Amino acid sequence: MRKGLRSWWRGTIPVLLMLAVWETLARLNWIPGDMFLPPFSSVTGQFYELIQSRVLIKDFSASLLRVLIGFCAGSLAGIFTGVIMGWKETVRTTLSPVIALLFPIPALGWLPLLMIWIGINELLPITIIFICSFFPVLYNTVTGIKEVDRKTIDAARVLGASETYILFHVILPAAIPNIFTGLKLEAGMAWRVIIAAEMVAIPTGIGALMMRAESLMRIDIIIVCLMVISFMCLLFERLFMCLEAKLTSRWK
Amino acid sequence: MPHVELRGIRNYICRGIDLTAEDGEMLVLLGRTGAGKTSLLNVMAGLMPYEGSVLFDGMKMDNFPPQQREVGYLFQDFCLFPHMNVRENIAFGLRARGINDAFVNTRVDELINLFNLGGLATRYPNKGLSGGEKQRVALARALAPKPKVLLLDEPFNSLDLSTAKHLRVELKRIQRTFRVTTIYVTHNQREASEMGDSIAVMHQGRIEQKGMFSDIFFDPLNRTVSDLFGSPNILSCREVSHLTSGIARVKFNGFSLLVPCNGNHIEKVAISPWNIHISATRPPGPEINRIRVKITEVIEKGPVIEIKVRAGNETIYVESVEDQWNETGLKPGDDAFVIFPLRWLELKEPVIAGENP
Repeated sequence: MRKGLRSWWRGTIPVLLMLAVWETLARLNWIPGDMFLPPFSSVTGQFYELIQSRVLIKDFSASLLRVLIGFCAGSLAGIFTGVIMGWKETVRTTLSPVIALLFPIPALGWLPLLMIWIGINELLPITIIFICSFFPVLYNTVTGIKEVDRKTIDAARVLGASETYILFHVILPAAIPNIFTGLKLEAGMAWRVIIAAEMVAIPTGIGALMMRAESLMRIDIIIVCLMVISFMCLLFERLFMCLEAKLTSRWK
Repeated sequence: MPHVELRGIRNYICRGIDLTAEDGEMLVLLGRTGAGKTSLLNVMAGLMPYEGSVLFDGMKMDNFPPQQREVGYLFQDFCLFPHMNVRENIAFGLRARGINDAFVNTRVDELINLFNLGGLATRYPNKGLSGGEKQRVALARALAPKPKVLLLDEPFNSLDLSTAKHLRVELKRIQRTFRVTTIYVTHNQREASEMGDSIAVMHQGRIEQKGMFSDIFFDPLNRTVSDLFGSPNILSCREVSHLTSGIARVKFNGFSLLVPCNGNHIEKVAISPWNIHISATRPPGPEINRIRVKITEVIEKGPVIEIKVRAGNETIYVESVEDQWNETGLKPGDDAFVIFPLRWLELKEPVIAGENP
């Protein structure tokens, strides 16, 4: 307990130090006025105002909903396809070339095409997040399943387990660490991608709020948005780390 | 329990194998690495394609998948499921077959007691189980569904010598308790002699010889089998006098040795060249099995030195490693001393007609 508290402090001190330096630099006016770097205290005040006026809540909710739907759908589809590809060699050999061609395309690269195909509506950012989550989770799931020791599967077969029983009781639990590697990476990535998509093409959400703030030279609002994104990326990644630890710490 | 019969087993490793293991017998497959021993186990378990027939109790198994062959397989590295605790690992085969919880729990408790795993039931394989404990869990898991045949692939390879020895005794006891026909793979001839009711020597995908250990050891059919046993020195006994109930003096052609015995007549005595120690000076300790010899020839075989010595009128082969041999400073024509350790002497007793070996 004491060790945990000490390590928490060790992690917090540099952040507090950074905030203090920021506040001092801005207050001493070494950087011209509030225009380029408002002090941390002003940003905090602005954060409070944005919450009170519900502007931030509205845009944040829009982004959060898109991320949740896109990420959940993309991850589930990635896990499902990955399990089938990892399990059935014929499916893997058939789909691998297609996946290999599509995987390297950055999620935002699809944006112009999707704007034409889908139009500028709610489905567009969700589809971008879906693509962003789907391929890495798929890739990690296939790797996880392929990496399950062949002899462990043989041991289960000899013990009388059917192929489906082996999939659910041996292969999937063993592939969990790999699947979670994909989920952890993409949980943060989904936020990075949604902001970019909203900045370019969607008129609502945190990304769009940042673009509006930029046109009004409201650096304080931009910083508030960046802090929200940073916090959400961290939160999502940590959430999956905790979930993975809960599922595997007993035996890993 | 059924007996196991293999007829003309062929695949890219096995080259026409015919082999039989009797009911409740422990048949040891002995051979060097790459001889095809594990492949043959995989064939029996249905984990590897093959031509020919595998029969359990006269019933052809060739069209049955591994799930339906009812074999217990102890893999070399145990292959425990890391995400299941000891209890869940043992229960796996029963649960996979859809057996009801009450029976599963009773059977698992029975095996946990039999294998002394009581304190470990909730532990996970990679968290706090030693090699020996993992081995016991894997064996309990293999036996839980009451297999018709038990396949053991070098089960003690990754364990230290004392744990392995202890577990060999335990395994033999358990195999006798369950009376399950067992095929045991090893590359270690001593392990084979300890464990096997009979032994099949395998080399390059073929069975070279099958029989009792002493039959193979003293009368190898060919050079391959003889090499596998380290081309032992085989000495014919001229006279045997029993000194106590457990020790006899055996005279050979020109020298004699003390050997452990159970009172029976002894026909031949054998010892592998690497189990004989050689030195330039008289070794310390009691004058038991320390023989003065003359070195007649020294042959360098890479890092191994083969030394031909004359003891009485017998020619004996001794093996040493380069460094040790150089330290002795011995050369052909020199006198030397050799020690025949009691525990490495293998005895051949004559089989009395009509007696079941």
